[in-house]
Amino acid sequence: MKYLSNVASLRFFTDNCTGCGRCVEVCPHAVFEIVAGKARVVDMDGCMECGACAVNCAFGALKVNAGVGCASAIISGAMRGSAPTCGCGNDNKGACC
Amino acid sequence: MNVSAEWKWTDHVGRILCRISGFRMRYSVQPGLYAVGSPGSGSDVFVSANYKLSFDILRAALKGLDAWVLVLDTKGINVWCAAGKGTFGTDELIRRISEAALERVVSHTRVIVPQLGAPGVSASAVQRATGFRVHYGPVEARDIREYLAAGRNATQRMRRVRFGLFDRLVLIPMELFPAIKIYPLYSLLILVVMALGLPLQAASLRGAATEAVPLLVMGIAAIAAGAIAVPLLLPVLPFRSFALKGWLAGIVAAFFTATGMGIGYSNDALLFIMAMLFFPAASSYIALQFTGATTFTGPSGVRKELRYAMPVYAVAGVISLALLVVFKLERLGIL
Repeated sequence: MKYLSNVASLRFFTDNCTGCGRCVEVCPHAVFEIVAGKARVVDMDGCMECGACAVNCAFGALKVNAGVGCASAIISGAMRGSAPTCGCGNDNKGACC
Repeated sequence: MNVSAEWKWTDHVGRILCRISGFRMRYSVQPGLYAVGSPGSGSDVFVSANYKLSFDILRAALKGLDAWVLVLDTKGINVWCAAGKGTFGTDELIRRISEAALERVVSHTRVIVPQLGAPGVSASAVQRATGFRVHYGPVEARDIREYLAAGRNATQRMRRVRFGLFDRLVLIPMELFPAIKIYPLYSLLILVVMALGLPLQAASLRGAATEAVPLLVMGIAAIAAGAIAVPLLLPVLPFRSFALKGWLAGIVAAFFTATGMGIGYSNDALLFIMAMLFFPAASSYIALQFTGATTFTGPSGVRKELRYAMPVYAVAGVISLALLVVFKLERLGIL
């Protein structure tokens, strides 16, 4: 199953990549592969912008606008004029994720 | 603190309650270091969240092994969601490692963090601060044994998060309940519109209620389409957009329910058009909420869907209400 195409905000900077393979290790959707000692994005539309790769890339080769892909979080965030919030774990009593 | 790998009946009941109610928001364990079996200084350390269901699934998967479990304070939220918020995160992991004095508990420098914790944990920062190297374990706790047997290597299959029929099935109650909560308000609105202009007498109000029945049934069908059919049929419904998937399931449900109750374009054009406009939009909106529970939808995509869909829902809602009022006025012989 794949979500909308050509929307993911993932950006990869080849020059910074050392081919350590952390991104391959943490990505839950096999977006990356290591080819000839460097990572390569092989499935951009598979990216769900969880941010695991960018947080774990120690060389700054990956950037993504990470966040929750959750409609009610984005709607409630927009209504409050704040960042998307899914309410769970905050004071709010929402019971989503 | 020692903890068993076995589940008691209360653990099973807790798991079910988590799937059907807000009980999940209060289902937590004390953060800190736990022992499963009789771990020693060479035993592996598994990191988990303090959502009790996450913790229970992990300890059950460790049955027969001797291992340490380091539970982070994630405010009772599961690993993946907490990682997205940062509560299952670098700082909390560093704090728990030093609080448990992990370097004195084990003689190695490995901590096994569930892969889905990675959005919150910078492995390099943890290593710099504590000396412990983060190994990302498999997505599913049930693969831990195989992962360990392979020398702490996860296969490509173990690294991928899936969203099978059962995964989707268990999520349906929590999609259904919020939709059902709006239903009484919706019913009231329909009844009020149907009672417009009628004298406040039992007989005429009964008449209004009878007129409202098809719309009340279609409301239930719309909820079922958005909150049950879409999650179940997710991979086979056409379109990648959840709004479109929901609309499609909704129009099918609305058409058959309307036809089944004798509402057709030829005999009841206004009501029929109103129904085909409103109910698929409602199903679409409910289906869009499911993006929060899936394992593959990202914020950029959801934002794009909302940008297109919300204005459509608003327009569909306003026109539907207007059509319903016109329908009512026609029935009253005013128009």
